[in-house]
Amino acid sequence: MTTNATATGIDAHDRVEVTVTVNGVPRSSQVQPRRLLSDFLRHDLRLTGTHVGCEHGVCGACTVLLDGAPVRSCLTFAVSVDGHELTTIEGLAAADGGLHPVQQAFRDHHGLQCGFCTPGFVVSACGFLAEHPDPDDEQIREGMAGNLCRCTGYTGILGAVRQAADELRATGDDPRQRTRDGATASGEEVSS
Amino acid sequence: MTTSLLGAPVARSEDPRLLRGEGRFVDDLGHDAFEVAVVRSPHAHARIVDIDLGDALEVDGLISVYTFDDLPERLREPLPLLIPHPSLTAGRTQHVLADGEVNHVGEAVALVVAEDRYAAEDAAERIMVDYDPLPAVVGPERALQADQAVHDDIADNVAAHLEQEIGDARAAIADAAHRLSFRLDIERSASTPMETRGTYARWDADDQRLRLYSSTQAPTSVRAAVAAYLGLDLAQVECIAPDIGGGFGVKIMHPWPEEILVPWVARELGHDVKFTEDRREHFVSANHERAQVHQVEVGFDDEGRVLGLDVEFVHDHGAYIPYGLIVPIITSTQLIGPYKLENYRVTFDSVYTNTTPVTPYRGAGRPQGCFVMERTIDRIAAHLGRDRTEVRAANFLQPEELPYDFGLVFQDGRAYRYDSGDFPGSLSKLKELIDWDGFAARKAAAAAEGRLLGIGLAAYVEGTGVGPYEGGHVLVEPNGSVQVSTGLSSQGQGHQTAFAQIAAEELGVDLADVKVVTGDTRRFPYAVGTFASRAAVMSGNAIHLAARKVREKALRIASEALEVDAEDLELADGKVRVKGSPDTSIDLNVVATMSNPLRYAFDEAARIATQFTQPGDPNAPPVAEGEAPGLEATDYYSPIHSTFANGMHAVEVEVDPDTSDVRIGRYAVVHDCGTLVNPRIVEGQIFGGVAQGVGGALYERMAYDEHGQLQNASFMDFLMPYATEVPRVDVDHLETPSPLNPLGIKGAGEAGVIPGAAAIAAAIEDATGVVIDAMPISPSQLHARRLDAASTT
Amino acid sequence: MKPPAFAYHAPRTTDEALATLGELGDDAKVLAGGQSLVPLLNMRLAAPAALVDLAHLDGLDAIEVSDDRVRVEARVTHERLRRHPAATDAVPLLREALDWVAHPVIRNRGTALGSIVHADPAAELPAVLSLLGGQVELATSGGTRTAAADDYLLGPLESDTRPGELATALVLPRPGVRTGAAFDELSRRHGDYALAGVAVTVTLDADLAVATARAAFIGVGATPVRVDLTDSLSGQAHDALAPADAVGLARDVIEPTDDIHATADYRRHLAGVLLERALTTAAGRAAAGGTA
Ligand SMILES: Cc1cc2nc3c(=O)[nH]c(=O)nc-3n(C[C@H](O)[C@H](O)[C@H](O)COP(=O)(O)OP(=O)(O)OC[C@H]3O[C@@H](n4cnc5c(N)ncnc54)[C@H](O)[C@@H]3O)c2cc1C
Ligand code: FES
Ligand code: FES
Repeated sequence: MTTNATATGIDAHDRVEVTVTVNGVPRSSQVQPRRLLSDFLRHDLRLTGTHVGCEHGVCGACTVLLDGAPVRSCLTFAVSVDGHELTTIEGLAAADGGLHPVQQAFRDHHGLQCGFCTPGFVVSACGFLAEHPDPDDEQIREGMAGNLCRCTGYTGILGAVRQAADELRATGDDPRQRTRDGATASGEEVSS
Repeated sequence: MTTSLLGAPVARSEDPRLLRGEGRFVDDLGHDAFEVAVVRSPHAHARIVDIDLGDALEVDGLISVYTFDDLPERLREPLPLLIPHPSLTAGRTQHVLADGEVNHVGEAVALVVAEDRYAAEDAAERIMVDYDPLPAVVGPERALQADQAVHDDIADNVAAHLEQEIGDARAAIADAAHRLSFRLDIERSASTPMETRGTYARWDADDQRLRLYSSTQAPTSVRAAVAAYLGLDLAQVECIAPDIGGGFGVKIMHPWPEEILVPWVARELGHDVKFTEDRREHFVSANHERAQVHQVEVGFDDEGRVLGLDVEFVHDHGAYIPYGLIVPIITSTQLIGPYKLENYRVTFDSVYTNTTPVTPYRGAGRPQGCFVMERTIDRIAAHLGRDRTEVRAANFLQPEELPYDFGLVFQDGRAYRYDSGDFPGSLSKLKELIDWDGFAARKAAAAAEGRLLGIGLAAYVEGTGVGPYEGGHVLVEPNGSVQVSTGLSSQGQGHQTAFAQIAAEELGVDLADVKVVTGDTRRFPYAVGTFASRAAVMSGNAIHLAARKVREKALRIASEALEVDAEDLELADGKVRVKGSPDTSIDLNVVATMSNPLRYAFDEAARIATQFTQPGDPNAPPVAEGEAPGLEATDYYSPIHSTFANGMHAVEVEVDPDTSDVRIGRYAVVHDCGTLVNPRIVEGQIFGGVAQGVGGALYERMAYDEHGQLQNASFMDFLMPYATEVPRVDVDHLETPSPLNPLGIKGAGEAGVIPGAAAIAAAIEDATGVVIDAMPISPSQLHARRLDAASTT
Repeated sequence: MKPPAFAYHAPRTTDEALATLGELGDDAKVLAGGQSLVPLLNMRLAAPAALVDLAHLDGLDAIEVSDDRVRVEARVTHERLRRHPAATDAVPLLREALDWVAHPVIRNRGTALGSIVHADPAAELPAVLSLLGGQVELATSGGTRTAAADDYLLGPLESDTRPGELATALVLPRPGVRTGAAFDELSRRHGDYALAGVAVTVTLDADLAVATARAAFIGVGATPVRVDLTDSLSGQAHDALAPADAVGLARDVIEPTDDIHATADYRRHLAGVLLERALTTAAGRAAAGGTA
């Protein structure tokens, strides 16, 4: 932690150590105060699953969970979240590669094409489902309406969130938790 | 294999990786690369008086700055005019960095290289460019006024004028019982993929080789262009299109200035260099499309049959015309749609304006053409008081008239000839899907509650799968994996899955054993690109043909090994086996091993192919004449002309009588793209296209002011629809296989977007009674139109 | 789109924050949720020399509901406030207005007070503050002051927040009996800033006829435009409002402008339509006990 350093101020071009717990693992790096959380994750921590589509808060591609709630990493400075917990798209599938129920549902419903918006949608959906375990279709539509997708027309995405909601409610799992090994198929099989 | 893989809605093999956040997009690579920022023109039209680097050089982390004057001679030449056309008499293209004059906001003026993008932007901000502003030409009509030239030496602002005619349109109109004439407009929009442009170059000074990653729909052509500009042999350059976050046309444009500058700088500096465009740049420096104004004259009979159609339009191609006349040529031909037109004249002027250049965006001129034709048919129906579906039916080409040659020249310079389709069949499916006949009752019931409902429909025909060619390579490895590659790149169309289905079907192997690579010149150097809904048609068929060759070779080898006639063998379950007695078989991977006569048994499996284990005929060469080692083949597919997909959309809207806000209720699509390789992927393409169509109809426009400033260069103000703005879509398929290619495929990539504006305009018109002749339309505009209409009646 | 460099301060306490702000004066900007400030920085439309971040501060995160008011401190996000039953029961208009603010993910970080300080003329909360006659509490290292909504909201993106000052809380008075409120707006896309919108309160007399009525419009002026509609509506039965005069009055008072999304004329028209709808809803709610 850099409590004292931050309290007394950091010069614009100085670097400061930021430590966060990402997907359960403490990670740190030295950054300028202006470093966006999106760049910190992608380029300092090399967690490139979080994408950047606009850097002005509209597209949602950069969405991550901050202490369990979805936020825009492009509108957040890394220094502001020093000491906090983050979950990114890399923190959802099981260690053995098994897909998270939301991820599996996206696959089952053809909820992605180019895959660029996908991490933002999946993470947003996890945050949404944690708050709305039993959503109706209209709530799902509105809940996903902070993220832009240019490929899918949203059809598969809405269907996927519906499926994931039903499944997660049945298991009672917290949608923001990493999937356990062996919990779902590895996702590599090609089913017809 | 009992069930066919072709036509099966298999889940995509691309997905798990992308879902886990393991995608590899350009900006996911090169964390240690220098990054660039481009100083861009804030003026639509200006001369550059001076560029003062000011205190940019003091910025922490700055590496270097380049302006036009710093470029080597070859890089000072204008960028190529990619598709020359004989009518394009006054073509101009931009420079990689402006040479003394800028012609649109966003044009590249200087290049900054720094340790990261933050520092690069710090320096770019400090560079002072002294501009002498010139009056801006904005909008096609201003261009034609010719009181101000975009390019000094093109006084009339016209790059090209083109005319095509079949029959005698003007005479037919003059003789017709009914005549109408009116104007129809479509505004500018853009592809706007979620991933912006990006290019990352690695120069290997030891090997004297360049590796370029670019977010492009045309990696082979980027490679060739970069080699030419940098004076390298093709053999020294490799270009890879990794995962691409959507293209929709804008990434078929190449080479972008940055695609030349980045590799050049990487070689100059001996360091990796990367360009990641930001969203604001994308709005002004990545190309747009759509803006056209059309003047229509039509003559028709009492049944609404079009006897003569005359369309004159102006195409606004922006500041430069690097992609030639493709978009307006497509409009001028595809406008015809599913109708039998015997007297048709079309002319267009393609004009310069001081705005971002125009190159294809999904649909590429077709949404405009469809808007013109379908609005025309609706006008005819309104004029005659006939049902809009009846007038369409009266004009359809009938299935038995296909193939039908119109006598026009298409965008590929080839005949405009419809190969197959069943338009009356499509219409009846569509009417059922949207319950067209029940609509009058729905409308009346709503009206009783003070609500305004309207219904509209629009039909299109889409030339897809244009040439010249694509290729495919298929290789069975001794471990049983099947490696497939093709040169064109993927932007989310599920090519890995669809191409694997095609190869697996032919080779009788498990889908999971097929690994597909696209858009990597290391794997397949010959290709044209991903555009015009051509990938499935072109590469799909090429891979099919290559796989067929592999299959034949496998049968030959197995037939010798099993001493069974090749005719009696089949490929299934990863084996070559005897038909009717599946226990007599040989594994395909063993065939692969045997196909390559070996000296060294580098592993156990390889033993069977060594010279003492498999001696073969001692009097014949181990590799027979005309054969090559390895179970692999390459083939190409090169059609004589395009194939034509078609479809129809119908939409029901509700207009708020007080606010004029438009809400879409039902949206129905009937679609015929020939054989479906994977219906789930095709449906995904339709859903995505419809969303773009809705965007183009109700939300998205590039709002330039009269000074050529784009006023909505952000996602806050360029209103790409969210999930809340896109309707549920019901889809029905018709499959009339194309006779032109072995798989019977027609392209599906663009179809969903084409009729959106036309159908939605028709529905709004039906709901409000106000003629809709320009799209997109906002509640504010619709309100004004309704007020006008009310005050004139 | 990377922000320019700035010095960074992350005070732990309000006093520390005030001391830092006092020292830096004009050079510093407060960073609250960042949902308006960071886009401006990323586009380099703002370049403060220093940011004083409230993220690491202990405190200033209370929501206090008392008999006569709701007080919301600086670090309370839109979403936390929206889900605070006591606060939204006390001022039902709050919840309806917050439903219109952006998307949930933006609301997770953006602060209610930040949106008032930011003073976007199309933002919902400044209109609520203005309509209900709320106040903003501000502090410097030297002391505190309270500003009434009308004095505080000065113009587009301009509030009376002085150098060295920290806005610490917003205060909304609770509505009286037989008072109903409603918020209605039209935006192009769900979650966008409104083309125009309106918040209204209607108070009924014992006979359930209109006693007072007020509206505050967004998107049609430099600040929220408050209009007293009592004269046009008083005495009308709650279920038979004839709002034409009120609509006419409002359309005269507001000052919409053209932009790429809508003309001034359309906004004027729309504001009237929304007013009519919101008045009907609010009057109904007032009659039903003012609970929604
Ligand atoms: C995509 C998107 C859509 C949006 N849509 C809407 C919408 O529909 N309606 C709406 O109302 N808002 C909308 N917003 C803005 C959002 O509500 C912001 O959260 C809010 O306007 C500002 O709150 P903040 O805490 O994020 O403030 P910040 O961004 O941190 O700050 C904004 C400004 O206020 C100052 N400031 C903030 N807090 C204080 C304080 N306590 N003391 C002194 N100064 C302070 C800052 O210095 C800065 O100048 C949207 C934002 C985005 C990104
Ligand atoms: S990149 Fe953060 S919202 Fe678009
Ligand atoms: S899948 Fe491509 S943007 Fe959503």
